[in-house]
Amino acid sequence: MSYVAIADRDHEQEHHDPQTFLTKYIWSQDHKVIAVQYGITAIFVGLIALGLSAMMRLQLGFPNQFSFINPENYYQFITMHGMIMVIYLLTALFLGGFGNYLIPLQCGSRDMVFPYLNMLSYWVYLLSVIILIISFFVPGGSTGAGWTLYPPQAIMQGTPGTDWGILLMLASLAVFIVAFTMGGLNYVTTVLQARCQGMTLMRMPLSVWGIFIATILGLLAFPALLVSAIMMLFDKTLMTSFFMPAISSMGVDPGYTGGSPILFQHLFWFFGHPEVYIVALPAFGIVSDLLSTHARKNIFGYRMMVWAIVAIGGLSFIVWAHHMYVSGMNPYFGFFFATTTLIIAVPTAIKVYNWVLTLWQGNIHLRVPMLFAIGFIFTFIHGGLTGLFLGNVTIDLPLSDTYFVVAHFHMVMGVSPVLVVFGAIYHWWPKITGKMYNETLGKWHFWMTFLGTYAIYLPMHYLGFAGVPRRYFAMGNTEFLPDSAQDLNAAITISALFVALTQILFFVNMIWSLWKGPKSDPNPWDATTLEWQTPDHPPKHGNWGHELPVVHRWAYDYSVPGYEEDFIPQNVPADKAPAGRDHGEDH
Amino acid sequence: MEIGLITLAVILATLLGWLLKQSFNTQPWIAEQVSATAHHGPLGGSSNTRLIALMALMAVVTSFFALILSAYALRMELGDWVPMTEPQLLWTNTVMLIFASLALQWTRNGAVKGQASRLKPGLIATGVLTAGFIIGQLIAWQQLQAGGQLITNNPSNAFFYFLTGAHAVHIIGGMYVWARATARVMLGTAEGGTIRRSIELCTIYWHFLLLVWLILFGLLLST
Repeated sequence: MSYVAIADRDHEQEHHDPQTFLTKYIWSQDHKVIAVQYGITAIFVGLIALGLSAMMRLQLGFPNQFSFINPENYYQFITMHGMIMVIYLLTALFLGGFGNYLIPLQCGSRDMVFPYLNMLSYWVYLLSVIILIISFFVPGGSTGAGWTLYPPQAIMQGTPGTDWGILLMLASLAVFIVAFTMGGLNYVTTVLQARCQGMTLMRMPLSVWGIFIATILGLLAFPALLVSAIMMLFDKTLMTSFFMPAISSMGVDPGYTGGSPILFQHLFWFFGHPEVYIVALPAFGIVSDLLSTHARKNIFGYRMMVWAIVAIGGLSFIVWAHHMYVSGMNPYFGFFFATTTLIIAVPTAIKVYNWVLTLWQGNIHLRVPMLFAIGFIFTFIHGGLTGLFLGNVTIDLPLSDTYFVVAHFHMVMGVSPVLVVFGAIYHWWPKITGKMYNETLGKWHFWMTFLGTYAIYLPMHYLGFAGVPRRYFAMGNTEFLPDSAQDLNAAITISALFVALTQILFFVNMIWSLWKGPKSDPNPWDATTLEWQTPDHPPKHGNWGHELPVVHRWAYDYSVPGYEEDFIPQNVPADKAPAGRDHGEDH
Repeated sequence: MEIGLITLAVILATLLGWLLKQSFNTQPWIAEQVSATAHHGPLGGSSNTRLIALMALMAVVTSFFALILSAYALRMELGDWVPMTEPQLLWTNTVMLIFASLALQWTRNGAVKGQASRLKPGLIATGVLTAGFIIGQLIAWQQLQAGGQLITNNPSNAFFYFLTGAHAVHIIGGMYVWARATARVMLGTAEGGTIRRSIELCTIYWHFLLLVWLILFGLLLST
């Protein structure tokens, strides 16, 4: 017998449904369970990171009022907040969580092609999270090097956590990369090999496209972080001089010679910039699907949307040094990287236009997922536009070390993806759990989060313009700042605490839904994609019962003229419903 | 970073060309009747699944080594670089790795032609030669240490240990798959088609790591 992929195997023959609690929910090889495990773990560490940001805001808004915040642990809060949010929450949640859940269901396969490897990926990820959390409790605490971990300060005395914290951080990152690679190989291979009949690449929902390309970026970019982490571990433990220059530490020569901190920055940002799109591309894809479904309209310019995702993915590898303008570089390099950075705005802008045009003349249903998706368009445009400013060397230099940058990347990389995360959870919650949530509570959650985050980050741009430096524990000698800057800081802190507390609404809603929520319809949003057409609701192990679905059309047949319903699922044959837009009245 | 960039450009261009072929001139909004028995899978059906996964893994490993080499090139330009003299033993090790690759190719050819008698000797020879390579590398490390060439002496030394170590780790990972295939052949639990595919994939990976080693070795010798 030649090798037969999971997707093609006979259901009875190969998919023995797991029986015990352990194999069903703990050591599960079912992509849906693994997705939930990834999701819960990621959100759990995300909450820790949210708590850390609240502590930072307390210090910034009300300096020196709280005895439990000192300069050392303030830096630890910054570092761990950034690292957790970017890697352990967003990357893990979008790819490990949504990637795991959506790829097999939306592509019409029974599972990932390597279920065991998929399970292993989660447990190794959990190990990386545990190592990360342990670093809070070791002598000296977690590292306070900033999330970019720049040497030499990351491993020199004087920075918090240089004894154990930095070692555990680097080890945790290396373990995370191993976990991601196991998952990533699975996602890519599943998309390429396990799609059901008729699911051509150009019929895949944009969610799958976003996750697919983001996974490829991750697979190629994470090695850069691995290389830099290993080399820094060598510098720290074996006293090599990859990154460490000849340096004197508190009057003592630690023995380093002539290494290059800039080399680390190159490697770090070679990973770091694609990382932005590893988070953003799945968000782009998911938002496209949410907008189309809830506006009852086909996505505007599907092919262009696919190619924009691919183009952004490719371009994201040649912009990394725009994070390093302040490190100093040949002006021609600066010019090159500024140019590529501005070019990447073109496909990104195409996507934004297409989202807006999808909404135009749509039959917009302002349900909770839709609110979050539209909210994303706002925050993404705001965050994206400030990115155009910062992509230019001359504007970046004065703004780089101010709150303008904090505002920019939190808008574009914090708030925007998180809104998509919420939108996606509200959208797929009925499919995952089989239960509905409270719509009103969800809308409250949206409005308070959306307006609250604007109250946090919009004023931060002004603080940045005024010259308020970032990374500072306390303002110090900054007489050039008006007193009102501190008032604004206090207001931002109050908004931040408000938004943080608002998230309780989300958890209350979800717990209530699980406990007492009404049963949901198998396809509550009248969506076209395959995951809403499963024979069981919520889908069982193996997803499709006895027969795999067959796909006859793309994922965006909404409001097709001449059909009685306003959606045609992907598995409806061409002879049972209009065969496409060209056959309708638009022709 | 040029090395990393060029490698990535090649990987991405390959992917892009393939994507273009898949998606160019399609009209996704047109629905078409699809028969449930139609052949599917863009790359010739799902029997290639593990090959695709291996190719993806090799792309990741290529990216990993290309980035180390980028760092190598950047670090080399700084003033304190002193070229290291590589132990002569590396030549012997290289020959062993080449023969390991050849032995595996011979085994694979036998498996494809249905000559089951080649499997056991071929796989064992591969294992012995590959283990010989790893042990040889360890001895080379010891020789260097004994000769006072420590990892801290110079960045060229540090890169030498890092590169050879990273390469050895990848080979040991391959040995795990080799060990599983060999165990099945020895115990007689192997099924013709499955074992043939395992050996085919191992062969590709072995050739790939040989190529990586030849590039690394060439670079280490020339700098």
